[in-house]
Amino acid sequence: MVKVCAWGRLDAFDHDVRAPSNRLMLPAMLDASSSGLAFGMGRSYGDSCLNPGGVLWKMTGLDRFISFDDATGLLHCEAGVLLRDIQRLFIPRGWALAVVPGTQLVTVGGAIANDIHGKNHHALGSFGDHVRRLELRRTDGQAIECGPELNADWFAATVGGMGLTGVITTAQLQLRRIPGAWLQTETIPYASLEEFFVLSDESEAGWEHTVSWIDCLSKGSHRGLFMRANSVDIGAQPAPVGRSKSMPFTPPVSLVNGLSLKPFNAAYFNLNKRKTGLRTQHYEAFFHPLDNLHHWNRMYGPKGFYQYQSVVPPGVARDATGAMLHVIAESGEGSFLAVLKTFGNRRSIGMLGFPEPGATLALDFPNRGDRTLSLFKRLDAIVCEAGGRIYPAKDARMPRAVFESGYPRLPEFLPFRDPGISSAMSRRLMGS
Amino acid sequence: MSQSSLRKIVIVGGTSAMAQHCARLWVQAAPAHLVLAVRNAARAQTAAADLKVRSPGSTIEVVETDFLDSQGIAAFAEQVSRGGVPDIVLIAHGSLPDQATCQTDLNECRDALEVNGVSPVLFAEAFAGKMQQAGRGTLALIGSVAGDRGRKSNYAYGAAKGMVTRYAQGLQHRLAASKVNIVLIKPGPTATPMTAKLSSQGVAMASVEEVAHSIVTGIDAGKPVIYAPAKWAVIMMIIRHLPRFVFNKMNI
Repeated sequence: MVKVCAWGRLDAFDHDVRAPSNRLMLPAMLDASSSGLAFGMGRSYGDSCLNPGGVLWKMTGLDRFISFDDATGLLHCEAGVLLRDIQRLFIPRGWALAVVPGTQLVTVGGAIANDIHGKNHHALGSFGDHVRRLELRRTDGQAIECGPELNADWFAATVGGMGLTGVITTAQLQLRRIPGAWLQTETIPYASLEEFFVLSDESEAGWEHTVSWIDCLSKGSHRGLFMRANSVDIGAQPAPVGRSKSMPFTPPVSLVNGLSLKPFNAAYFNLNKRKTGLRTQHYEAFFHPLDNLHHWNRMYGPKGFYQYQSVVPPGVARDATGAMLHVIAESGEGSFLAVLKTFGNRRSIGMLGFPEPGATLALDFPNRGDRTLSLFKRLDAIVCEAGGRIYPAKDARMPRAVFESGYPRLPEFLPFRDPGISSAMSRRLMGS
Repeated sequence: MSQSSLRKIVIVGGTSAMAQHCARLWVQAAPAHLVLAVRNAARAQTAAADLKVRSPGSTIEVVETDFLDSQGIAAFAEQVSRGGVPDIVLIAHGSLPDQATCQTDLNECRDALEVNGVSPVLFAEAFAGKMQQAGRGTLALIGSVAGDRGRKSNYAYGAAKGMVTRYAQGLQHRLAASKVNIVLIKPGPTATPMTAKLSSQGVAMASVEEVAHSIVTGIDAGKPVIYAPAKWAVIMMIIRHLPRFVFNKMNI
């Protein structure tokens, strides 16, 4: 037994960790007698990647490429391959993943199981939209090949299915052509939500990537920084030397607190306000700024942190987002990692996939016990009334009713579950 | 690029996690002609396919070999040296035995000593002569920090790795005047399938990527001894020099 915690570090639990080193070994390791769960890089924030007291199949040893077709960009690989390794290998060859999240330190299997999204949702959808085929291993020994045109029901259950339909062992991903590793980026400060939505709307047509940082404590007017980017061809340039640093230990109290948050947000806004305008940036600096600060999640201290990420439909996006920000600013909770962006007009192909049209707000909150949890209750009420949903990959606490109202396809999903697979989250939200 | 202009790299134990990560670094730096000596060719095919995707210009050859058969080892060295001795030979195979079992089951103990000690030195000896004749090449052996001082928790493995250490020293002495480099690598505990059991007991591990990086840069530099990660050089210097009355009280 070994202690494992999720990215939010709220709690560590004993797990029986089993690590296959070759995909030929995996089938023998899956037995239906004890409930297990596939585990990748542990970047899910809450309890969707934990199975306290049970088995975790650590998938990062299955990190081999199987084949790549340079004419079509179709990549076949094992599920434990990191998105980082795909990008670093194929970008110099002119191919890239269509969708990458804020961290590239996640596995292909995890990216499918959570149907992760990036800053280009309005242009290219979510990760599952670019999966052509995957192999699922069930604990009863069955192997199921599925994709958008083959066993499409299994595919729709597995994309965004939080690893509960079986273990994803291999996948075929459609990469797309890009001119190189560089982006032309533009930062534009905004002073209100209205301005944010105007910027978002007018950027959707001409810019592939859009995202914004928002000052969650600014009351009344909501200031922030809108960032947009497109790939750009500047020829082969050496990548900037990334200085990777590490948070060496967990501080005794959260470094994000009432004293630090306000001045930090003000300083961040005012410093970056000066960097507005067009720049050329390396993709790792634009997409994955925190990947070079290892263990940044330790900065929230020994009690860990929550992330709250919701999406609310377009019609009510302005009002619901304003209401959530108001409640957050009033509470004084929150952190400087606050992201607001709009999703494009498409739903996840997964039955439980998170992305759907609307505005998504993501915020970290240091764990301050009941204070934090009661704030979430108020946010839940706003999200539910707006007809929105919460992202399970980030969640450690949403009530079952909130999950069920946000994911109406849940009854359709349940028959696809593998009875030999269970997570802390599935027990909390699905009863087993 | 014609095959003859590719760097020829032989990896014994080519499916071990450490070997595979070294192989990835080598082929991604420049296409190479890689020979993977393995016990199970079927398993090695996944590794070979992976390397081919990473480096389409490389050629990957998988050779099934009995690691304990001295004749077979000699024949293998002969076969891969045809058409030119390898530029690099990395001897990377091994398996971590359970110390308690070695103390009660002498077959297990003998197997551990053979696969971790006798087998690697036979591979080294088989290639050393060919490299000496050709007057070039780098021969790298993966030893272990466990070989630096016998400890109750793993002295069967430690003794075998100690044999590798002593053998490498001898080869370094013998080939000091030649242009052949003998490199001895001593990894600390590394997160690989071989050490999965240790890691489940809470032993802190270095990442295999980090260790592979130290190995590859160390081999390129032709360093005689590489501790990976480097901090183990200091730790093991202290452990080697601890007086017995202190050492014997330690539970390591």
